[in-house]
Amino acid sequence: MMTLDFSFFSTQWLQTYVLQGLLFSLQLTVVATVGGIALGTVLALMRLSGRRLLAWPAASYVNLMRSVPLVMVLLWFFLLMPSLLGRPIGAESSAVITFIAFEAAFFCEILRAGIGAIPRGQRDAGFALGLGYAQNMRLVILPQAFRMMIPVLLTQTIILFQDTSLVYAIGAYDLLKGFEVAGKNLGRPVEAYLAAASVYFLLCFSLSQLVRRVQQRVAFVR
Amino acid sequence: MQWDWQVFCKSTITGELAPGCFGSGGEVTYLQWMLSAWGWTVAVALLALAIALCVGLLVGTVRTQAARPWALLAACWTELFRNIPVLVQIFLWYHVLPIFIPVLKNLPAFLLAACALGLFTSARIAEQVRAGIQALPAGQNQAATAMGLRLWQRVRLVILPQALRMVLPSLTSEAMNIVKNSSVAFAVSVTELTLFAMQAQEETARGLEIYAGVTLLYMLTALLVNRMMALIEARTRVPGLLAVT
Amino acid sequence: MNFSRSFSRCLFLLLALPSAMLMWPAWSYADTLKKITDSGSMTLGYRESSIPFSYLEAPGRPIGFGVEVANKVVEAIRQSSGKKEIKLVYQAVTSQNRLALVANGTVDLECGSTTNNAARAKEVSFAVNYFYAGSRLLVKKAAHIKGLADLAGKTVATTTGTTTFGQLRKVSLEKNLNLSVVPAKDHADGFLLLESGRAMAFAMDDILLAGLLLNAKNPADYEIVGEPLQVEAYACMLRKDDPAFKKLVDDTLLGMMKSGEFDKLYNKWFTMPIPPRARSLALPMSQRLRENLKSPSDQPAS
Repeated sequence: MMTLDFSFFSTQWLQTYVLQGLLFSLQLTVVATVGGIALGTVLALMRLSGRRLLAWPAASYVNLMRSVPLVMVLLWFFLLMPSLLGRPIGAESSAVITFIAFEAAFFCEILRAGIGAIPRGQRDAGFALGLGYAQNMRLVILPQAFRMMIPVLLTQTIILFQDTSLVYAIGAYDLLKGFEVAGKNLGRPVEAYLAAASVYFLLCFSLSQLVRRVQQRVAFVR
Repeated sequence: MQWDWQVFCKSTITGELAPGCFGSGGEVTYLQWMLSAWGWTVAVALLALAIALCVGLLVGTVRTQAARPWALLAACWTELFRNIPVLVQIFLWYHVLPIFIPVLKNLPAFLLAACALGLFTSARIAEQVRAGIQALPAGQNQAATAMGLRLWQRVRLVILPQALRMVLPSLTSEAMNIVKNSSVAFAVSVTELTLFAMQAQEETARGLEIYAGVTLLYMLTALLVNRMMALIEARTRVPGLLAVT
Repeated sequence: MNFSRSFSRCLFLLLALPSAMLMWPAWSYADTLKKITDSGSMTLGYRESSIPFSYLEAPGRPIGFGVEVANKVVEAIRQSSGKKEIKLVYQAVTSQNRLALVANGTVDLECGSTTNNAARAKEVSFAVNYFYAGSRLLVKKAAHIKGLADLAGKTVATTTGTTTFGQLRKVSLEKNLNLSVVPAKDHADGFLLLESGRAMAFAMDDILLAGLLLNAKNPADYEIVGEPLQVEAYACMLRKDDPAFKKLVDDTLLGMMKSGEFDKLYNKWFTMPIPPRARSLALPMSQRLRENLKSPSDQPAS
């Protein structure tokens, strides 16, 4: 039986291998969340607009992204994006674009549920006050929808953070890859995987506790 | 650049086109390989789904119905499996746990991948089951107790039938998620669709067609799962039980 | 919306998008040198654990025999174009995506452990060969395995995307060995499979096996056995139909071979201690490689 050997743990090792990966994972999560929510809002509004020309492509896009694994979408974008854009892009940029495009579908569904849960009276009151569609959305509906959906949006962000571990399929240097390279270069892959699991657990658990606090503060009872 | 669908009929050994797109004499074409990879994807996904449903139901119920220590244990279980990415969990099951539990070394990779995937999803299913049970009026539990039903009788006859019907849509989306997450099994050498896509793409240099074929199969599987759950929902529907969805 | 209706629409979208992309005018990277001088940057592909050709010393810092060859090429570009500042971007490649990344323009040059063969030469171009390797088996000494014949019906690991995978399938069919080939996602993973006992052997190019043993906890427990399945040539990989860039890379390598610099570089990485554990491969230059130095070739080995 192989014995575990954690003697190689040191802050220097952490800095060399893991820190860069952690920064990339966090950056990717933040950028993909912001971009995904922005694009997701647009998609949700398209789906709810009631016009087939807008709703049809949005719905097809969302269902497509929801039925294909993230790894496949990453591979598609990574290998085919350069042909589309006309210039080569690195693994990191490709990962960012893919994540925004992929997560937008999920954020769209969350926001659609949120907007749908707002009573119709709100929208009608807005119109009665003379607000246009865009103003109504911007000033009345969306702020309430967002506030209601903040816990779900944050939970989706935590899932996003976990999903960033998949970018290793295209060679981007994220947190998991950092642990893997460290483990392989120092000949201790098993201990490295355990360390990776612990770090992910600590981060995600703390974030989910944070979400619970936020939920208690922000949620309102109708 | 043209579409070259002929690539699926090429033999994986010699690279020549096989008549009828199916090889003979031990040779297989890329089409056959892709179908066998699809089989593995479905196998991993179904096994993981079975594990996830059984364990998830148990844990979700225990968390809401059982005594305090058990409920706490269930809560810890859920938090543990929810907060570690599925890819890391698969690595743990494949590389790390066999060191502590030597009997795991003899298990084939796809079983370990299915365990990892199943337990990861079971945590999410447990949460949904918990939400469903908590959404039931407290009167249900009280009435059942008043009628003299024991804990597990209450759960089996009164609580779960209602809670499960309520969370069936979430369970559908979890089942579709399992099909998608089965793609991480490629990291532990299970020859499923994603591994096939990467290997075949490098061998034949026809990435577009291979990826398109694989994506098509994933979508088909997602559709089948969705229809299956819709069938279950239709068969088990009790008119008037739930608000009209 | 009903899911099956939406599914057929997704299908339409799925087929329409790539078809539309295909009709897009194909970006031609035919002039790499011009692209480098215009943009002022060059993307070099590197491997993460192909000791000693290209591997990571620290995140984003690849070192190795192939990496130094690539750096020499960059120097040559700097001199020939007169442009002093060429920004180098390092892109990690794996066995599974290296060909595609060079072909689609993401990577300009990859000098790692890529085999030069006729099938790949249809998608990319290869420079002058700089190493010759043969696929052999890494086994545990305790298992007393001498060759493929001893592995009939057993599990053999190999890395996804390598030529060894195809060779194993072929040999297994021809000699009726019924091998169970397990695809590992990279070389280090394949070694882990052997170490943990999930595979009886790890089949890979002998030089890469030697490199893995360098980093192993107990190198004395393993040995490399078996007749080489096939002799293969390693060469730098670059885009197809780009004669100017190929000439530059070839000229750089030929210059190194003539001036004795190639010999020195070879000794540095193959006979002297190398990072990360300061152990040496102790592999003198093979006969085939010496012959190549006298009459360099950029053709596949067989």
